[in-house]
Amino acid sequence: MDSMRSDPAGSVSGAVGDPRESSLAVKILIAGGFGVGKTTLVGAVSEIRPLRTEAMLTEKSIGVDDTAMVAGKTTTTVAMDFGRITLPTGLVLYLFGTPGQDRFWFMWDELAQGALGAVVLVDTRRLADCFASVDYFERRGLPFIVAVNHFEGAKMYAPEQIRAALDLEDDVPVIITDVRTREAAKQVLITLVEHVLMATSRRR
Amino acid sequence: MHDDTEPPHRDGRRDAEWLDHESGPVVRPYALTGGRTKPTASDFDLIAIIETVDVPGEAGDGHGERLPLSPEHLTICELCRTPLSVAEVASELDLALGVVRVLLGDLLDRGLIRVRRPAPVAQFPNERVLKEVIDGLHAL
Repeated sequence: MDSMRSDPAGSVSGAVGDPRESSLAVKILIAGGFGVGKTTLVGAVSEIRPLRTEAMLTEKSIGVDDTAMVAGKTTTTVAMDFGRITLPTGLVLYLFGTPGQDRFWFMWDELAQGALGAVVLVDTRRLADCFASVDYFERRGLPFIVAVNHFEGAKMYAPEQIRAALDLEDDVPVIITDVRTREAAKQVLITLVEHVLMATSRRR
Repeated sequence: MHDDTEPPHRDGRRDAEWLDHESGPVVRPYALTGGRTKPTASDFDLIAIIETVDVPGEAGDGHGERLPLSPEHLTICELCRTPLSVAEVASELDLALGVVRVLLGDLLDRGLIRVRRPAPVAQFPNERVLKEVIDGLHAL
């Protein structure tokens, strides 16, 4: 501490297991199609900030179907939203909105790494937009809930109809919400953490 | 300057009009890092916490081979006097995450920052922590 020379440069990896060197932070992903309300949800419960990431297409997206659209480019900028909520106990919650377009799904591996769980936001008028997210989280074994963001003028469906349409497991919570209000957005996150808690206790 | 771009299109737009939002920044993001795209240290998790280490005197002196610290490096040091996550640093600087990771690697090499990795809450969810999150959300 007193001298920078004594601090090994590799202290990032050496820090594992030392509680003083780690911070208690929880990461939650907000996924769903473009324009479904991810930004609204993050903004309803936290101060929202834009985050840019420079995706190296040549390294990371080989095999990704849509690279033809950006042929000749080696990097592309992906913009995401993120928000931070500091709980009264000091624990910090980070919310990350996944990039809306399918061709950026390779970013999700980094986002999903160490995440507690995910909220898949759904617009019933464009239900298919959330298929990729649902597939991804199922495959990865990351706990998730489905939150139907009800838009005015959209047809109302019962949670069970959504569950059937998305072919979800019985234990995946499906809620109907309007993420424009803070209370509703809070409840979405609470539902997710309760779901993770249930899954955790069941494993014991 | 235009040798790596398409020639002007026939629809009458002039060169000057290329420099709109869609053409991206005039300075390529990785110009700030001297073209380096990989940080020297291990990966910086999005929610790892960066904290500036107080070093007496000028930082990085006597290491002739090293690149000098850029204004962006110094901004990070200034910002992280209050511990901040990697994502927040990138957002504050309005720089792409990859660029910020390279800059953070430089600072870590020089011992100018400290990194706290996120606790593996997700791998081993602890009921007490989860209940704390639920209660905290209710109280918001």
